[in-house]
Amino acid sequence: MKYGLLLYDDPANANDFGTPEMDAEMQQWFAFTEELTNAGKNLGGEALNPVETATTVRVRDGKTVTVDGPFAETKETLGGFYIIEAENLDEAIAWAAKIPSAPTGSVEIRPIMEFDG
Amino acid sequence: MPARISPVDHAFRTEWAPLVATLLRETRSLQLAEDVVSEAFVEASVRWRTDGAPRRPGAWLLTTARRKAVDQIRRQQRFDERLPVLAADLDDPPDERAHHLVDDQLALIAGCAHPALDAEAQVALTLRYVCGLSTEQIAHSFMVPTETMKKRLTRAKSKVDAAGVPFTVPDHERLPDRLTAVCGVIYAVFNEGYTSSVGPELVRGSLCDEAIWLSELLCELAPDDGEVHGLAGLILLTDSRRYSRTDANGLPVLLEDQDRTDWDTGKIERGLRHLARSASSSGIGPYRLMGSIAGLHARSTSVETTPWARIAGLYGALIALHDSPVLRLNQAAALAWSEGPATGLALIDELAHELDDYSYFHSSRAALLAKLDRTDDAVAAYERAIALTSNEAEIRWMTLRHSSIAGEA
Repeated sequence: MKYGLLLYDDPANANDFGTPEMDAEMQQWFAFTEELTNAGKNLGGEALNPVETATTVRVRDGKTVTVDGPFAETKETLGGFYIIEAENLDEAIAWAAKIPSAPTGSVEIRPIMEFDG
Repeated sequence: MPARISPVDHAFRTEWAPLVATLLRETRSLQLAEDVVSEAFVEASVRWRTDGAPRRPGAWLLTTARRKAVDQIRRQQRFDERLPVLAADLDDPPDERAHHLVDDQLALIAGCAHPALDAEAQVALTLRYVCGLSTEQIAHSFMVPTETMKKRLTRAKSKVDAAGVPFTVPDHERLPDRLTAVCGVIYAVFNEGYTSSVGPELVRGSLCDEAIWLSELLCELAPDDGEVHGLAGLILLTDSRRYSRTDANGLPVLLEDQDRTDWDTGKIERGLRHLARSASSSGIGPYRLMGSIAGLHARSTSVETTPWARIAGLYGALIALHDSPVLRLNQAAALAWSEGPATGLALIDELAHELDDYSYFHSSRAALLAKLDRTDDAVAAYERAIALTSNEAEIRWMTLRHSSIAGEA
């Protein structure tokens, strides 16, 4: 099965670039991604720029309405995602638990919708 | 148990879970497994009445269910890899599955209690697929409309399918946690039956019986787990007092006023055996500790000879595992017996701001205040307790207590 792992975290937990803490964190992300890829489970993924850069679009009555900021104001924001291949939910949970941001934030596991034929 | 039980009813109790578990492994579909096993029992109830029960009912049901599964898969034209597997099994002697049976049932019971499902869904799935209760029966037990329970089950099954919730034996590392989750589901079923928080009956027996059956099944599946035996002990020992805990009018009877000769000695013996098994396993968990408390009550002939200090110590161990004001209330109530009502009341009063909206907090206080002859305070505490519960039997009982004290004043 394919799963989307959506990574949420409080931006306050983020390390600043150029600091030794951030370098150490980046090593964890590289190591996790490499492990996932070597296991043949990595179907893609990206890190997202912070919510301050977000724009939300809605089309209402045929008109495009654009506002600054994310859809919902919450402390934990979507920071990135992986798409993985896993045998079942237990395997997806095991991968999610290894994600470097799991100890501070949360990982939402969403099965990818499959369309037959 | 009624004295005369039909062969189909007997087979239902002993064969339902193993059959669903086997068909689940063979078809890899919970829905299909449930459908064909249900149909096999329907056919049995007709055929066995006219032809007589077969010599080996389990084997008959298995063959019938498998045949129906092959038919269904053919009809749906799902010619994938499942069909040859299942068709080959049709020719196997049914005993071939015996060595799969523990794992198959463990997979079924652990899948229903998977932590990715919410607590209500876990309970509903377990009662439906492991116990074989119908949607109507589960709805009735939980006093919700059948439609509500149907939706709950449908939603749970959709999540199982869409999210890929595995119905497999959890690996070695995860097994203890998953068994604890199963214990939680079984204990929730028991508590729902034993103390219903709403409605007219204080005890809904059939859920208690299902919980006992489930806990002993789990002991067979995971015989070396101390918590699993602790849970079976806890449930059996608590349930041994089922019929003493209410009087002929359905009103609650306090532990101190119960006729202990009415306690079910068969259940006490079974419960104590499970506790002994639990004690010989490594590790201490909440079910073993709660079971030990129930064991001390079961072995005591009166409240006066109950080892309350040891019970308070066991509550202390539970608090060390997971602190909660309700556990502290129970510990204080035990200490009220061993150290006297004044000490108990002082400890209970420390919990006032945490438990002010908890009915038992006020009824526990009321009982101790009455013992200390603080009548006005006891009356006020009963009034508060009555206002906080929706259980009719408890309301009637506390109202009686309240008026007897208020009358004396």
